[in-house]
Amino acid sequence: MIDKKHIGYNFPPVTLPVEEGRLKFLAKSLGETKGIYTDPDAAKAAGLPGLLAPPTFPFMLEIDALDLVDFMSVLGETLDKLLHGEENFNYYAPIYAGDSITVCKKITDIVDKKDGALQFVISDNTFTNQDGIIVADTRTNYVFRHQ
Amino acid sequence: MTIPTFDSLNVGDKIPGLKTPSVSRHTLALYCGASGDHNPIHVDLDFAKSSGLDDVIAHGMLSAGYLAQMLTNWVPQSALKSFNNRFTAMTQIGDTVSCSGKIVEKFEKDGEKFIRLELYTNTPQAQTIVAEAVAVLA
Repeated sequence: MIDKKHIGYNFPPVTLPVEEGRLKFLAKSLGETKGIYTDPDAAKAAGLPGLLAPPTFPFMLEIDALDLVDFMSVLGETLDKLLHGEENFNYYAPIYAGDSITVCKKITDIVDKKDGALQFVISDNTFTNQDGIIVADTRTNYVFRHQ
Repeated sequence: MTIPTFDSLNVGDKIPGLKTPSVSRHTLALYCGASGDHNPIHVDLDFAKSSGLDDVIAHGMLSAGYLAQMLTNWVPQSALKSFNNRFTAMTQIGDTVSCSGKIVEKFEKDGEKFIRLELYTNTPQAQTIVAEAVAVLA
């Protein structure tokens, strides 16, 4: 069982570059073909400063900022019990290739379900760009199966 | 892209769907690397079996990525204000992922016009994501 002492824990902020190659690779992996996600010239032609990061990209920054294995070791858990329960995004401004995004991650709740057979670990994450603008925030529900 | 307008849309309208090719081990290997979600349960059969599964399972966020793609095929990403995904079942190797969505609410707030959408991904066996999105339209 995950100790509820972790509720309220703030992970150290991590600042990450948004790399063009990464966004191209992500688009390829999703079968995305729209030029603003795949072709820097098309993005420029559309008036954007660089490739546009897709709507799910903040989650990638979240796990880049804190590798899942390291997250598990903080919680005293193992990856084989982990499922993804929910991923909720709020968007305030776009993220582009070339940006530098600071990720702040906090554990906001740990909830027992089904007499402890499941535990939900809720994390709230804030993403701030190089200009100090909050571009997105997310709430992740990590589900742990204790069997 | 012809951007839909607030006035042209009605509650109950369906948005254009998206159906993916079947999810292969290669799909998951690419998404593992590209997404940064390196959980071996998605790519390592031995690990998946030792975790009590019959086979590797797809990343939930892969299907969420397909849903997002359906949305950005329909409206510019800048219209998207929120996108909330609840993962309700596992996607298996060989599954196709069918994305669908419909408008469930139109509302105005602070002088802007919004639509609320209910979104789903389905494999042949199960509904795998129930999602909600809010978009701002002219």
